Amino acid sequence: MSDFIDLTSAAAESATYGADERDRMGFFTDTTLCIGCKACEVACKEWNQLPSDGYEFTGESYDNTKELSGNTWRHVAFVEQMEPERDTGRWLMESDVCKHCTHAGCLDVCPTGAIIRTEFGTVVIQDDICNGCGYCVVACPFGVIGEKQEDHTMGKCTLCYDRLKVGEQPACAKACPTESIQYGVVDELRERAENRLQKIQEKFASAQLYLNDPNDGVGGGGSLFLLLDKPQVYGLPPNPIVPTKDLPQRWRTAGIAAAALFGAVVLCAVSRR
Amino acid sequence: MGTSFGRGGATTFQQDLQHSDCIVIMGSNMAENHPVGFQWVMEARERGAQVIHVDPRFTRTSAVATKHVPIRAGSDIAFLGGIIHYILENERAFKEYVVNYTNASVILREDFKDSEDLDGFFSGWHADTNGYTFETWQYKDMDMHGSAGQREDHSLLAKVPAFSQKVDALKNGEPPHMDKTLQDPRCVYQVLKRHYARYTPETVARICGTEPQHVIDVAEALCANSGRERTSAFCYSVAWTQHTTGVQTIRGAAIIQLLLGNIGRPGGGILALRGHASIQGSTDIPTLFNLLPGYVPMPHAHAHDGLKDFIQSEGAKTGYWGNMDKYIVSLLKAWFGERATEKNDFCFDLLPRISGDHSTYRSIMGMLDGKVKGFFCIGENPAVGSANSGLHRRAMANLEWLVVRDFSEIESASFWYDAPEIETGELRTESIPTEVFWMPAAAHTEKDGSFTNTQRLLQWHHKAVEPQGDARSDLWFYYHLGKRIREKIAQQQEPFSDPVAFLTWNYPEKGETADPDAQAVLREINGWDASGKALSDYNALKADGSTACGCWIYCGCFKDEVNQTARRKPGSEQSWVAPEWAWAWPANRRIIYNRASADPQGKPWSERKKYVWWDDEIGGWTGHDVPDFNKTKRPDYTPETGAKAEDAIAGWHPFIMQDDGLGWLFVPAGIVDGPLPVYYEPHESPVKNPLYSQQANPCRQEFPRTFNESNPSPSDAHGNVFPFVLHTYRLTEHHTAGGMSRTVPRLSELQPEFFCEVSPELAQMRGLVHGDWAMIFTARAVVEARVMVTDRVKPMRVEGKTLHSVGLPYHWGSRGLVTGDSANDLLSITLDPNVHIQETKGLTCDIIAGRRPRGADVPGFLNAVRTRAHLDGRT
Amino acid sequence: MNDRALWPVLRQAGGKDPLALGAAAKSQKTADWKARINDAKVVKSICPYCAVGCGQKVFVKDEKIVQIEGDPDSPISRGRLCPKGSATLSLVQSPLREYNVKYRRPYGTRWEDLPLERAMEMIADRVLKTRRETWEAKDEEGNTLNRCYGIAHLGGATLDNEENYLMKKIYTALGVVQVENQARL
Repeated sequence: MSDFIDLTSAAAESATYGADERDRMGFFTDTTLCIGCKACEVACKEWNQLPSDGYEFTGESYDNTKELSGNTWRHVAFVEQMEPERDTGRWLMESDVCKHCTHAGCLDVCPTGAIIRTEFGTVVIQDDICNGCGYCVVACPFGVIGEKQEDHTMGKCTLCYDRLKVGEQPACAKACPTESIQYGVVDELRERAENRLQKIQEKFASAQLYLNDPNDGVGGGGSLFLLLDKPQVYGLPPNPIVPTKDLPQRWRTAGIAAAALFGAVVLCAVSRR
Repeated sequence: MGTSFGRGGATTFQQDLQHSDCIVIMGSNMAENHPVGFQWVMEARERGAQVIHVDPRFTRTSAVATKHVPIRAGSDIAFLGGIIHYILENERAFKEYVVNYTNASVILREDFKDSEDLDGFFSGWHADTNGYTFETWQYKDMDMHGSAGQREDHSLLAKVPAFSQKVDALKNGEPPHMDKTLQDPRCVYQVLKRHYARYTPETVARICGTEPQHVIDVAEALCANSGRERTSAFCYSVAWTQHTTGVQTIRGAAIIQLLLGNIGRPGGGILALRGHASIQGSTDIPTLFNLLPGYVPMPHAHAHDGLKDFIQSEGAKTGYWGNMDKYIVSLLKAWFGERATEKNDFCFDLLPRISGDHSTYRSIMGMLDGKVKGFFCIGENPAVGSANSGLHRRAMANLEWLVVRDFSEIESASFWYDAPEIETGELRTESIPTEVFWMPAAAHTEKDGSFTNTQRLLQWHHKAVEPQGDARSDLWFYYHLGKRIREKIAQQQEPFSDPVAFLTWNYPEKGETADPDAQAVLREINGWDASGKALSDYNALKADGSTACGCWIYCGCFKDEVNQTARRKPGSEQSWVAPEWAWAWPANRRIIYNRASADPQGKPWSERKKYVWWDDEIGGWTGHDVPDFNKTKRPDYTPETGAKAEDAIAGWHPFIMQDDGLGWLFVPAGIVDGPLPVYYEPHESPVKNPLYSQQANPCRQEFPRTFNESNPSPSDAHGNVFPFVLHTYRLTEHHTAGGMSRTVPRLSELQPEFFCEVSPELAQMRGLVHGDWAMIFTARAVVEARVMVTDRVKPMRVEGKTLHSVGLPYHWGSRGLVTGDSANDLLSITLDPNVHIQETKGLTCDIIAGRRPRGADVPGFLNAVRTRAHLDGRT
Repeated sequence: MNDRALWPVLRQAGGKDPLALGAAAKSQKTADWKARINDAKVVKSICPYCAVGCGQKVFVKDEKIVQIEGDPDSPISRGRLCPKGSATLSLVQSPLREYNVKYRRPYGTRWEDLPLERAMEMIADRVLKTRRETWEAKDEEGNTLNRCYGIAHLGGATLDNEENYLMKKIYTALGVVQVENQARL
């Protein structure tokens, strides 16, 4: 039974690729190194040939991108926090991206099989399968996914799956001038993130890691973040929970019910005889 | 930097910033405008270095710096003066370096008077010509004389020291009067001390609108991170140069870095961050009126103007400029080939002569006055990018013909039908005589060639694809235009056709479009010897006509017949200096003046800061970089009196381009507005100069005329019409006038609209609403922008008065994917007198809520503003 | 092997991915999807925007540029690029780029087409005419000038050294002294 059903889409760890299985790859975005240049946004759009989201001035600090969407797979958030006397202060910048969750709601709910867990443990939407139903949009606790302008399928970061396959790193991480976006094996990134936090905690008391805990509501992210303030300050949910988190329990319950039903049917048949 | 150290280029390279113990970024928003170079600052920060950003604005650079110090726009000289004051008053200079490597100990003339003595003027001021004569600024008993007198024309960039005439007075390579104890009241060190006595932290804080403690903290950080074991670096950019006191601001940093012993050493230096791919290159091989390639000056019109006179007046006797005969003769050989002979002065007579300022703003006035009739505008967009761009549009509408080469139809090509002045009715398409040729240009991926980056590094880019349609490289354009002109000149009678006819103009042509071979041009720039072999360095140049070289400082870039600029040995396989990646001028040196990284005896100052040193075993200089010194000149080499050129430079004098081999704390020649920096207010300022009754730089270059009126400063009446400080700048998401970013969707969407940054206090005062519109105006123009109210902008307290500022990114224009008014329309054309760079970083303006007037209402609105400012009818 | 040829349900049933969330659900397109730079020719270049001088790799396929990204070999940039550098492909393939000469005659109200060769001929004629008309042989004191004051030049600072060199050379020979660039701006 256990072989058949680890029904958590956690599949990040459950090997379905056999010998083709690769190390789980992901991002560690260290916001203490971010200079808000948006090279990641541009490099991502250049590589993935994504269209413009429109030329609109938002007035939200230097952020005219606003959010992740089907056409924007990297988004730099800007948060101004000047001290009252304003000689000093903070201008927080954070490059946001798909979290490639260990328990990925989008993957679980996709009715067409368009969303898959790749051999790199990343979550990818296949545009040739996707029918644009949008179930994944509501299943994502981070609001990462949106409709692509080009073909009305759903779009989000693929962690540059095509580049990974030929041994290249994702376009955003490659471009990042200050190594704020680091790409690597998720286990190693987790360790790196812990070390980094320890190193800087003295200077940045409010520093914290985000999505580095495998026991959190999404089973930890394939994208980890070092933040300088609470997640909600950056527009990130503080306790993200994948809506399909209790899916295994439901499957189990369903299984018992099915077995009971099956039993009843059998019993019925037998008793008729 | 040329005047302080000898060469007008960054003294160090970007990667070396990782070894700095303290980096001061001032006059630059490095993280935004040079993000990839900024990785080396982040490396230093992560290693524990202090990163200090001194800037009026809290920018993305400030956000990651370890300290941000807000100062009022245009008050940099005062702030730097405060640091110098701190170093001198607390005896924190690196004494051994200062005594041996700078002119601190040199005794000045008795009749030199400082700006502190004369209320903002130095001795030699002539009110009638608004300029200085320089003889009192000289070293004692090294008087200037002879034909160098032409330098009295204060409007000229005096690049090469007139100093050269009196170096016979050098004794064993040193100036005649020195006091190495630095005690003599007339030695440079003591003059400096008196000059900066008033720049106390309190005074400086008052001028800059900052706290005295900030001045002390920055000064102390620099002092604590300088000396034998540690080094500090300065990074600056156009927020230093774009002032009427730009050159003197850089001088301030040079004085600090010389006093602290940070020039020529790893982790030290002054890094000028330039905003265009080859802006250093376009100064080295200058498309500048006053220079020939390699910083050889253009000849001036005067009575004695033969080659010998030129070399005598413009060259030097000592230092590397003592070889100017070799540089100019080799250049003439490269240009005129066989035609250039010793008998005809190597065709020196064929060069045109300059007389005064012929810089681009002067040309604009020439267009308005009908004197300049034809204009080439190549990869440049003055209709948006130049100060007072409205005046530029009017000027271009008064031409006979105009050639614009660019990727797309930029505003400088379309002004005749869509300039704002058409909308206002001030210009009419049907009345504009200008014949316009718009030519599509090839991109860097469509042509071979080299860029010289901010650290003097020549890097080759290879052609990847052919350009489409009529698109051609500028190399193609000029080569083929030259060919046609030469053919025509051969057939018809033209005035003075010899220089064109004699020109060497044969380059191999390649491919279907007959593109000239860029590598062949680079080889000519490098030069060849009598046998036609590529030269390997500038020491091989001769003055007898046996060598040809198009730009002496680039000599060696084609060494061994190999395009050295195309070398690409991976950085990971080399030291951090990466000497085998591309090629740096001069002679592939990455840190210049690196002789100074060793002590006078030639030993490294410390193990930690080891870079270039004297090795007794090999009998020469060695180290991580190419020594910027004669390789076998011993550290104790003492020149004989009367020695010439580099032989006159002592073994312990690292600044080999200077006549005396010393770093100049005090500049006796080569700068027109004073031997030391003086604090002046910007040309337009809401504040009265707190230090001197002289308000602004008295030597600044002004162009008073209609449409270029100046806002009154407070010393004038009605100064309150423009009560706020205005400054313009760039954003990381755009590139200058937008020709290379407003045409790119991915960049345009990141910063789609022209906006103004204001403090909540100013917003409240003027009723400005975040996200709504505001109009900003000066005597020149009115523009409208979206309002960005932000805590990052802070009102300053200056002289007891609250000062508000309006910040404007200047990337927008009437064309492209995203459009908007051009901030540069607001600026006045008022220039630094040394280098003719305009002031964009500190002017005055007013701002009110709402959208600006439209069409014919604009001139009426501006006339009313001018009337209020009592500029009515004044030009 | 091409298990992708199998009907997905069979893949799902027979493989290690019974829920069809991984290998079993992978489409043929996804399986074949490879970075477009994989088999492209690489041409080494330098970023055309600012003077940091980042190394660029230009990937070319069928005489067309398919991608431009940082060159990790560069000791300055180590493969990284800023937003502008990252947008270089969009710059050289901008929808606003134009490829044919445009001509506006004096007092004209519209652009006209003009063949490149014809434009070159006309510009050469204009240069010589203005040179003739505005030639200054001597100043008022009789000093030699040998220059043409009626022509000025303003060039960007993103041009190649070789281009600047030819410009300076031909202008100087023509006597054009008002030669300027962005360095002052």
